[in-house]
Amino acid sequence: MSDLAVRTRGLTKRFSSGQVAVDQIDLQVPRGAVYGFLGPNGSGKTTTLRMLLGLVQPTSGEVELLGQAMPQAAAQVLGPVGALVEGPAFWPHLTGRGNLVRLDACDPSADPATRATRADAALARVGLLAAATKKYRQYSLGMKQRLALAATLLRPRELMVLDEPTNGLDPQGTREVRTLVRELAEEGTTVLVSSHLLAEIDQVCTHLGVMSTGRLVLQGTRADLAGGRPRQLEVTTAPAHVDQARQVLADLGLGDVHDDGATRLCATLEGVATAAVTQALVTAGVGVEGLHVREPSLEELFVELTGEGFDVAH
Amino acid sequence: MSHTDSAETVRTAGAGAERWAPRRGATGRLLAAELRLVLGRRRNQVFVAGLGLVPVLLGVMLYLTRDDPSASEGSPLLLAQATQNGVFLVVASLFMCLPFLLPLTVALACGDAVAGEASAGTLRYLLVLPVGRTKVLVTKAVAALVFVEVAVAVVAVMGLVAGAVLFGLHDVVLLSGTTVPLAEGMARVLGVVVYVGVSLTGLVVVGLFVSTLTEVPVAAMVATVVVSVVSTILDSLPALSAIHPYLLTHYWYGFGEFLRLEVGWGVISSGLALQVAWIVVFGTLAWARFTSADISS
Repeated sequence: MSDLAVRTRGLTKRFSSGQVAVDQIDLQVPRGAVYGFLGPNGSGKTTTLRMLLGLVQPTSGEVELLGQAMPQAAAQVLGPVGALVEGPAFWPHLTGRGNLVRLDACDPSADPATRATRADAALARVGLLAAATKKYRQYSLGMKQRLALAATLLRPRELMVLDEPTNGLDPQGTREVRTLVRELAEEGTTVLVSSHLLAEIDQVCTHLGVMSTGRLVLQGTRADLAGGRPRQLEVTTAPAHVDQARQVLADLGLGDVHDDGATRLCATLEGVATAAVTQALVTAGVGVEGLHVREPSLEELFVELTGEGFDVAH
Repeated sequence: MSHTDSAETVRTAGAGAERWAPRRGATGRLLAAELRLVLGRRRNQVFVAGLGLVPVLLGVMLYLTRDDPSASEGSPLLLAQATQNGVFLVVASLFMCLPFLLPLTVALACGDAVAGEASAGTLRYLLVLPVGRTKVLVTKAVAALVFVEVAVAVVAVMGLVAGAVLFGLHDVVLLSGTTVPLAEGMARVLGVVVYVGVSLTGLVVVGLFVSTLTEVPVAAMVATVVVSVVSTILDSLPALSAIHPYLLTHYWYGFGEFLRLEVGWGVISSGLALQVAWIVVFGTLAWARFTSADISS
């Protein structure tokens, strides 16, 4: 059995318009990982996920899902895969529970005897049980999104593919999705979750992959990606001491020393202990009003990589 | 709850394939769910109920004007016969519905079938369950056909009821002037109903094919109605007589053969063969299209 839940090789999709939506990507999602699949809107995330699930035929390249080739093995592979693709989609004239029951009735390997129990458990898990008998068309966007999550929870899965699961959710809902992803991971489910907002999923991910204009520009464990970045030092001082402080930091060999035009200096803290910096500043007679060390921000890394920041809608 | 879940998940990973193998009766459950969706939909129910009013309105209109000779002038023989014998109201109602209302029924079912699911986005969730694409298509076709046949049956039954109430049921005078007992007449009318039902199958499959081409259900519905209307128009142009035998609607009105003393099996079997040909051609096209299309909605 492959230790990768998802693996693609040279996966490419060129639409009939000639546009290359996905360009030669080698996605590797280890079993048990929570893989954050990031990138701005339109960078090819959804098209990639559709190819993984056999909805869209790749122009070239291969897809392996749970160790089997897609889309050939779709009938065997997709059962243990729960998927939320590009937002919720249900029948407006059915209730929330009615929609889950219908979907489950169409699932060839689902047990009809436990259907009602499983539907209610899934609804309870996403906090929708109270609204179970409401028609779907009366649901708010957040409730619709929750129902789509409930649909993936009708059965225990080996792999969850969640495309922008926090779309339309308020901060509370977003936190609940993070908790859900964490629970799923604890149960042993591999989770592949996409988002255009790093901050929403960063905290739960063990692995990250970053898409930019159809290419996978970065992939690795979160620790590796964060670890490779130096910490940032910020020193606040009196206006009269700024030049002197800059000199001290430069003499210590800190990189990228710059001020913000007022009383704050920034630098990268590489190979130098924070205590040594404090000592040097004090010795040089710099009045330190504040000293702050920031852990490297992945957000900055991703903005560099994708060029445009994560929320293009803003 | 996470305790039991994790236990189950571990079993899933270990136990492997059989947990995810299709269960006995899966196809039947899929079809039942589809039928519930199509037949349970309020819009469809209202439409069929409206269709059921056609025989009633037609019957009442004929009843009120039955003594007015100018009213029946130029109107088809069938309508005149219906005032003599309620059994014929069944045939007259189907005759009135066949040019437009029944094709519209087909269009309604087919537009929803694939394009409707695509536009709602529910198609992608059906496919990743997973339900195979061929199975989705066949299920959709069967459900659409059942809906159409229900509509035909409603028109027929309502025609019979309205006919019986307004004009009574009597021994049947055939087109050739011979009179046969009521039971035989009813059997012949049943033949008419079944023939009309079967004649619509080709259009169902054409509509299903159109439905796989678009994500806009209304576009698929309009196209399906247009196909039947254009076919009827072409069939009425003498200059095109060479292609008439191949037109989808060419034998639609062949149901009159059941009302001759010697049932015209030649025409009827030509009509059935033509439907089979259209089903094979457009069924293949729909299958080829649907099993290869990118589902991007």
